[in-house]
Amino acid sequence: MTATPHESARGHVTGEALYTDDLISLYPGILHAWPVLAPHAHADLLSLNAEPAMQEPGVIATLTAADVPGEGNTGANRHDEPLFPTEILYHSQPVAWVLGETLEAARRGATRVIAEYRKRTAVLSIDDAIAEGSYHSGPFRITRSNAAEAIAASPHELTGELRIGGQEHFYLETNCAIAQLDTSGGIAIESSTQHPSETQEVVARVLAIPRNLVTIGCLRMGGAFGGKEVQANPWAAIAALGAWKTKRPVRVRLPRYLDMVLTGKRHPFYARFKVGFDEQARLCGVELMLWSDGGWSLDLSDPVMWRALFHCDNAYLIPALDASGWVCKTHKTSQTAFRGFGGPQGMIVIEDILDRIARTLSLPPDVVRERNFYREEDSTHYGQTVKDADRIARIWSELKQSSDFEARRASVAKFNAMHANTKRGLAITPVKFGISFTATFFNQAGASVLVYRDGSVQVNHGGTEMGQGLNTKILRIASEALGVPESEIRIMPTNTAKIPNTSATAASAGTDLNGAAVADACRQVRERLEALPESAGTTFSQRVDTAYRSRIPLFAQGFYKTPDIHFDPKTATGKPFHYYAYGAAVAEVEVDAFTGAHKTLRVDILHDVGDSISPSIDRGQIEGGFAQGVGWLTLEELLWDAEGRVATAGASTYKLPSWGELPDIFNVNFLERAAEPTVIMGSKAVGEPPLMLAFAVREAIRDAVASFGKGGEPVDLNSPATPECIFRAIRTAKGERL
Amino acid sequence: MGSTAPGTRRIPATLRSRTAADRAGNREYAAKNKILPCDPTHLNENKQSSGICDLTNRPGDPTKMPGNPTLNPVNPTPKPDPKTENGERKTENPKSRPRDLVEWRMASAAAEFSFTLNGLPVRVSAELSQTSLLDFLRNRALTGSKEGCAEGECGACAVLLVTTNGQGQTCYQSANSCLIPLPAVADREVLTVEALKAENGHLAEVQTAMIAHNGSQCGYCTPGFVVSMFAEQYRVTNRPPDVHALSGNLCRCTGYRPIRDALLSLGPAPAGPFHERLAQPAPQLTPFDFDQPHGRYSRPQSLAECLGLAAENPEAQFVAGNTDLGVMTNLKGQRFTHLIGLEGIPELLEFHDTPDFVEIGAGLTLTAIGELWTDAPPVIAEWLPLFASPLIRNRATLGGNLATASPIGDSAPMLLALAAEVRIASLTGERTAKLHDFFLGYRKTQLAPGEILRSIRIPKPLPELVRFYKAAKRAMDDISTVAACFAITRDADNRITRARLAFGGVAAVPLRVPEAERQLESTLGTPADLTRAKQILAATLKPMSDHRGSADYRLALTQSLLDKFWSEL
Repeated sequence: MTATPHESARGHVTGEALYTDDLISLYPGILHAWPVLAPHAHADLLSLNAEPAMQEPGVIATLTAADVPGEGNTGANRHDEPLFPTEILYHSQPVAWVLGETLEAARRGATRVIAEYRKRTAVLSIDDAIAEGSYHSGPFRITRSNAAEAIAASPHELTGELRIGGQEHFYLETNCAIAQLDTSGGIAIESSTQHPSETQEVVARVLAIPRNLVTIGCLRMGGAFGGKEVQANPWAAIAALGAWKTKRPVRVRLPRYLDMVLTGKRHPFYARFKVGFDEQARLCGVELMLWSDGGWSLDLSDPVMWRALFHCDNAYLIPALDASGWVCKTHKTSQTAFRGFGGPQGMIVIEDILDRIARTLSLPPDVVRERNFYREEDSTHYGQTVKDADRIARIWSELKQSSDFEARRASVAKFNAMHANTKRGLAITPVKFGISFTATFFNQAGASVLVYRDGSVQVNHGGTEMGQGLNTKILRIASEALGVPESEIRIMPTNTAKIPNTSATAASAGTDLNGAAVADACRQVRERLEALPESAGTTFSQRVDTAYRSRIPLFAQGFYKTPDIHFDPKTATGKPFHYYAYGAAVAEVEVDAFTGAHKTLRVDILHDVGDSISPSIDRGQIEGGFAQGVGWLTLEELLWDAEGRVATAGASTYKLPSWGELPDIFNVNFLERAAEPTVIMGSKAVGEPPLMLAFAVREAIRDAVASFGKGGEPVDLNSPATPECIFRAIRTAKGERL
Repeated sequence: MGSTAPGTRRIPATLRSRTAADRAGNREYAAKNKILPCDPTHLNENKQSSGICDLTNRPGDPTKMPGNPTLNPVNPTPKPDPKTENGERKTENPKSRPRDLVEWRMASAAAEFSFTLNGLPVRVSAELSQTSLLDFLRNRALTGSKEGCAEGECGACAVLLVTTNGQGQTCYQSANSCLIPLPAVADREVLTVEALKAENGHLAEVQTAMIAHNGSQCGYCTPGFVVSMFAEQYRVTNRPPDVHALSGNLCRCTGYRPIRDALLSLGPAPAGPFHERLAQPAPQLTPFDFDQPHGRYSRPQSLAECLGLAAENPEAQFVAGNTDLGVMTNLKGQRFTHLIGLEGIPELLEFHDTPDFVEIGAGLTLTAIGELWTDAPPVIAEWLPLFASPLIRNRATLGGNLATASPIGDSAPMLLALAAEVRIASLTGERTAKLHDFFLGYRKTQLAPGEILRSIRIPKPLPELVRFYKAAKRAMDDISTVAACFAITRDADNRITRARLAFGGVAAVPLRVPEAERQLESTLGTPADLTRAKQILAATLKPMSDHRGSADYRLALTQSLLDKFWSEL
């Protein structure tokens, strides 16, 4: 793989790359905002008196519902997120904000605000929500054939349940927005947001002004992972409201503690399943019920649940399926998009099931998985043909070979026979992940390419850079499409004044959509230049100057919409995805029975990125996504206490993967001969799919745990598989009590 | 067991918010702290318009008093006046100089201090005494250092301090600037990521290595990694780079593989100004008393002076590495009106290795202990990386970790198993106490007002076999669910003559379980003996449930860790 550095790499290593909060020295007289936090998870706000805050030296203003000129609600879809609530719906929900000359002044001011509450019973878990019938939405349902009959007719049947923890995004850069009145009656906001157009829409809604008065800029983000797709909006709205009221710049930056208690996470899920299978371990039918913990507002929970239902097959043909999903309403942070967007929660269940089938039949789990793979011409439970399904088996066999799977299975068995207190586990798992926004209209993008007379180029597009390397890829796309070196091209910071009505940079589709739009704009300029006579010059800049003198426009707008996708939620059928990304991973772990700790010894990955636009960026996405998946599945444990507070609200209590989680041996390869001809430069999306390669680690842990037992028993292991969970599972496998 | 009744106390709920800095905590007494009556949050923030910084760049006079204590406890050679060094050190790109050169001093400020920032002198005459170095840097548009967590867990704020290592050599030490109170850098030489690029635009090797190996994605953690990696490349001891050097830096994007490759690609530090700097002594610390309306920071130069200050100012708070106090400041809104910095007190920085004992000054950092204790038993080398990351170990002191009396601090179990004693000093004299009598309750020790922990003494001969175990959610840089240290000595017949079983995370205090120890002593340590000892553990210990682990898991761990120890005998 060749090394093309991230286009901002030099800025990253020198500290010169700027993020939103690094800009505040550009705003003289900036005010700092601090929230007044409700001390209950569910309560009525009986009274609120912000006036005393004004007595604090350095406090300039307070913000309450009375200051909102427009609709005081930032909810993206259902408008169910009041900026200034009268009913408290999650612990620490802000009820007012204080603006100060310094943050210390604002904080001190916030402590002076007087609020009275009447505490109410809070719903704090999926179990509570089910018991009380507290739902945002559902059931959503996808069926194929008659699952109940198929299960009844099958030779074997098993039932089970699985609890799947959520995940904090823990982007290193917390949420931040700076708002300032612009020079002509509007407002300009720098925001760390994945979706500038929606941030613009929300600010316009709150201020009751048309969107053409609101400009949102996003320089780059210090990570986002879905956490800033929707949930960047309230902070931008508060900054905008403060600037609107005080006529001074206002900064809202959430320190880590507040970011963790105020913003949503990956949805925790609870799954119940009933499965019928035959002697050959082939799936006959599956009944599946999923509940997600949506938290206090709807947010993106509906499409997250849909994606979980779309992906409950992973790479396997389920001939009869009845899958339903409910979004629970709880008094917790409003769970939101996170890399994989429900896909991981759907896929983990079928992986859990297949290992149970393997243990039940005493067959190798990899064999059971392979027997259930989709084949060419198969279609999914929602009626979409599984394009390039042959790649699943191809990846499988190539990876087994390159990872020396069979020989290592023998050496693992040998190791386990010789060790009583440490056992090794080996597993291989596949990934099939659908690419496209399932809301079809989001699958569009715009671009604007400006060429100046000296031959230098500005490229604008609607995507945002959050570290995923979008701009690195766009640079290559523009360079090739225009035929000029990358050094002549400048990718401009994302701004709603350049490209309107953009979609979130999400669903792994940033390059697919924006790259194609940029290529479309570049093509137009290039065609105009190519139409010039040869005498126009030999270099790009000569021809550009000639074009200018010939009164030929040197800028163009590009547009792209993903072709031929559709989905009907009423019938739960259609073709929601443009294509699928495939991959597989082999993991080998060693588990310590004394503590439940495990160590990942080796990981081999073979992943389908199509024709890679930037191999080093793609490898980074695969490795980083895998690591994040490992964190979700084995380490990162989100806990709420009995009062509904996030109990793990900081880096000291919520542990991200660190060096110890890096496998000693980590081989990553791309599937060869994998061009995707319908996508820009034959590439494939790579942001989300690799996260689910981490299932191999979880399944390897289960394999190791099973080795402590006598065999023939499924391994119950909730997620995340923390040392304590593994410790308990080992005791269970050994037939001992804790 | 001293006055602690094991198994009868429950760890209070406040344990929930303890941090990694816990195991690394600082000297602190039960504080009469000013606490903001609001949710635990973050206070140190950019005070862009607060107008309380002295942004002068005139050279200060850092040598206010004679008899400067040196940072280096084993190298008493007098160092040149830092002032004379300033003109010779030009390691900074002019572009990264502070933009604002306007003098902006408050008339009421009575004291000032100075330090060297990226090669240029900086004088501070009015600033909140608890302003963190990180906020000060970001106020001066040095925004390469980022705030990722404000509690010393992520390393995004890492900076370099020019200091002296245990061998008396000048070195670059990385530290979390979010946990350094600004006055604590008085006299010091600080380098931020902005200083690493040469004036001609050439990048440091660590920077080009990170680019070449695609070590950055979002880039937010990258400056901190670059700083930690730089310190590792310039580490004087000539070893291959150690990835543990980066264990205090978190990355959410890459999964670490490319960063590992970048680190492992590095050769020895190249010739050049950064290398040349190490041939010169590190700056010495001088005593000062920074007293202004927003708070006071005193740096006494002797133990007597320190104890006198504490006696005159009962509200004052001792601070060494600030790795625990800084978290309280940043996250819990605590405000300390008077800090007494212990970094310049020679008596607290002594290290003695005698035939009868090893004595460790309470003010020595964990890093210094590792460097000074050259013939330490293997358990020390096991324990140090488990204790915390280098970013914490470079600042955190052993005395601090003990005096915080955290039930989950990682030094106490080991020192308990080594039968350590503590030397406690006061104006009226000194006394010695057994460590197992030192902890009285949750975050409560024997230390009375006016007393200070001077040193920790480990008697010799050391036990024949000592192992330290830490069970935590994450293998590296996490807080213990349970920590255990076991020590046994056997006679020629393999009979156990002495056994010590010490634990953290199972009660309100770190503790030993003498009943279980006695059960093992005079035995051959057969499976039956072991079972009886474990039964006592099970009957004696009553750990609590929290987000790090349930009570029954913790209790089971105490026994299975003993099994693990036995399996390794």
